[in-house]
Amino acid sequence: MSTATDTHADAHEHGMSDAGYVKIAIILAAITALEVSTYYVDFGPLFMPALLTMMVVKFVMVVSYFMHLKFDSKIFSFLFYVGLGLALFVYITALATFKFFIA
Amino acid sequence: MADIATHDTDHATDHGHHSSTGLSNNKLAMWLFLGSECLLFGGLISTYMLYRGRVQNGPHPSQIYDIPFTSVSSFVLLMSSLTMVLAVSSAQRKDDAKTNLWLVITALLGATFIGGQVYEFTTFYREGLGFTTSLFGSSFYALTGFHGVHVSIGVIMLLSLMGIIKKGKITGDKAEVVELIGLYWHFVDIVWIIIFTLVYLIPS
Repeated sequence: MSTATDTHADAHEHGMSDAGYVKIAIILAAITALEVSTYYVDFGPLFMPALLTMMVVKFVMVVSYFMHLKFDSKIFSFLFYVGLGLALFVYITALATFKFFIA
Repeated sequence: MADIATHDTDHATDHGHHSSTGLSNNKLAMWLFLGSECLLFGGLISTYMLYRGRVQNGPHPSQIYDIPFTSVSSFVLLMSSLTMVLAVSSAQRKDDAKTNLWLVITALLGATFIGGQVYEFTTFYREGLGFTTSLFGSSFYALTGFHGVHVSIGVIMLLSLMGIIKKGKITGDKAEVVELIGLYWHFVDIVWIIIFTLVYLIPS
């Protein structure tokens, strides 16, 4: 009994239980299967937005749940997302300079 | 007083060195490192995006990419993130046997991914895409090669960690050490999530 309670308390402290992690992995695998399906099925104008959305969802899920950012101190989130935001800003600006986004 | 000092020292040893924020310095450093790695991979990814259509010689991306094969590799790396987080979870429960088991499986999955990448590179080379064949080739090999090196370093770290755990040479918080290597491993996975979509699934 105490072991179950300890496990529950431990899971709560560190984020999720093992079963929770498996559920997240199943969702990630399903999204990956959907991503791959865009190679075989014509999604029309939804192709690009759907792929980018699925990529962002997978990224956020891994960072939030597997890397525990959702449950950890906000300072860790700040350090990581500032680096990510800076990278996005710098390189989107660089690509725009080369007229990458102009068809 | 001496007892209190001893207790404080033990506490610091058990949970790593903590900063004035109460957070582990090791974890802070790892997150800062991962934030800076975003800039490295951002540069490589944007260079690839810029040059993927620049094919003067050799094959075009759509002629050589094997999406079913790369999809399986991506799935393998994604599942290695699950086994890694299960290793961290086991380490937090102080279950050394399960921690080692999940670390072995993670290292094997990582090695499988690397094997797939070596096979892919070899195939591409035989089909006429060398590092200097075109700007597409250079940027492709630079990006995926750097990622492969990161995965290889991750596998070495996992194997080293297993050896250190078995020898009982971790003096501080064992779970935190496993977690730090786990953070690096998951980062390598999220970089691949981006590469798989932007490089392989979105045509040039």
